Amino acid sequence: MKKLMQVGLALIIMGISIWVVVPAGYGASDAFKENIYKVEALKPVDSKLNVKVGDRAPDLTLASVSGEKVSLSQYRGRKNVVLSFVPAAWTPVCSDQWPGYNIMKDFFEKNDAILLGITVDSIPTLFAWTNQMGKLWFPVLSDFWPHGGVARKYGVLRTNGVSERALFVIDKKGIIRYIDVHDINKRPPLEDLVDALEKLGK
Amino acid sequence: MKIISMPFVILAILFSTSVLPAAAANKPPEKGDALPVFNLPIPKNPIEKNYLGLSGDGFFKIPQIKAKVVIVEIYSMYCPYCQKDAPGINALYQLIEKSPDLQNKIKLIGIGAGNTPFEVEAYKKTYQVPFPLFPDRDFAIHKASGEVRTPYFIVVKINDDGTHQIVYAQLGNYPGAEPFLKIVLEASGLI
Repeated sequence: MKKLMQVGLALIIMGISIWVVVPAGYGASDAFKENIYKVEALKPVDSKLNVKVGDRAPDLTLASVSGEKVSLSQYRGRKNVVLSFVPAAWTPVCSDQWPGYNIMKDFFEKNDAILLGITVDSIPTLFAWTNQMGKLWFPVLSDFWPHGGVARKYGVLRTNGVSERALFVIDKKGIIRYIDVHDINKRPPLEDLVDALEKLGK
Repeated sequence: MKIISMPFVILAILFSTSVLPAAAANKPPEKGDALPVFNLPIPKNPIEKNYLGLSGDGFFKIPQIKAKVVIVEIYSMYCPYCQKDAPGINALYQLIEKSPDLQNKIKLIGIGAGNTPFEVEAYKKTYQVPFPLFPDRDFAIHKASGEVRTPYFIVVKINDDGTHQIVYAQLGNYPGAEPFLKIVLEASGLI
């Protein structure tokens, strides 16, 4: 019995060791060359949501990289909206998230949806960063000032001032229908967003 | 609580530090290296299965592909350069398949680093990729390949005795189908 306990404890130590030392995997595109700032594994979620599924989505108006202001309310009655908060420009997982959505334009259109990409970075930073992604078909918005104001309103502003990696699906009536505050170290699988959007039409 | 005997603690620590480096490489695969050891699922699609010269179900290793040379692209659907190069890689496949001399000697596969099966299918559909693509959902192959940036090209020569070696590897900078085929042919000694 004593031996069994010892083996059990040893196995637990092995398990914990593996869990601690393996960093979250990510694939950096060569498009960003050596410019991606290496980030160690972070606390998966570091904020508390202020909204829930079924709530009316708080309105937002933010400056976009292309120059114009974009408001959530301008899509009311016209489009479903996906808000994609990513933590920061020039970081590993974030740099490889929106380029995937960029080749899925047909899918968003099929589901009558627009994507709004949001970070707390400044417009010039977002300009330089998103230029490496090719031409994006969706607006990229800066929640830089007041710093993280929109992220705070939704409850996805982390304690260090960046946002969570979070997806909100908002229907044409302005109601939140899906929330995924994802582990910041990992990219949300595309199929989860696809499912959420396709459910809007049902 | 009783004190855990030291041999078990030492065993546990040794295990945690010795197993992982074998799985995760600290450098990308390069010319002269062997491929990292990993299995891929035998495609269910009969056309892809036939293309690779495989049969049955289960898993295979790249050197089991029936070919003299296998070109492996480690890519991601989230990688802008992979997206940009996709039509050119398709052209490489067509160039090989249209050549009676090459079509049974050179095969092409892609491994989607961190991509789920759904994401691999989405990429395949978007770019009409004609050759087999495999998901590497948890980055296991990517980690075993030194966490290369994408796209990363590996040209593997398979010898008649079943051994293999990498004869060429390249990060990005895809030059187009014809120049890349020339590189592959020269590196593998097929010309």
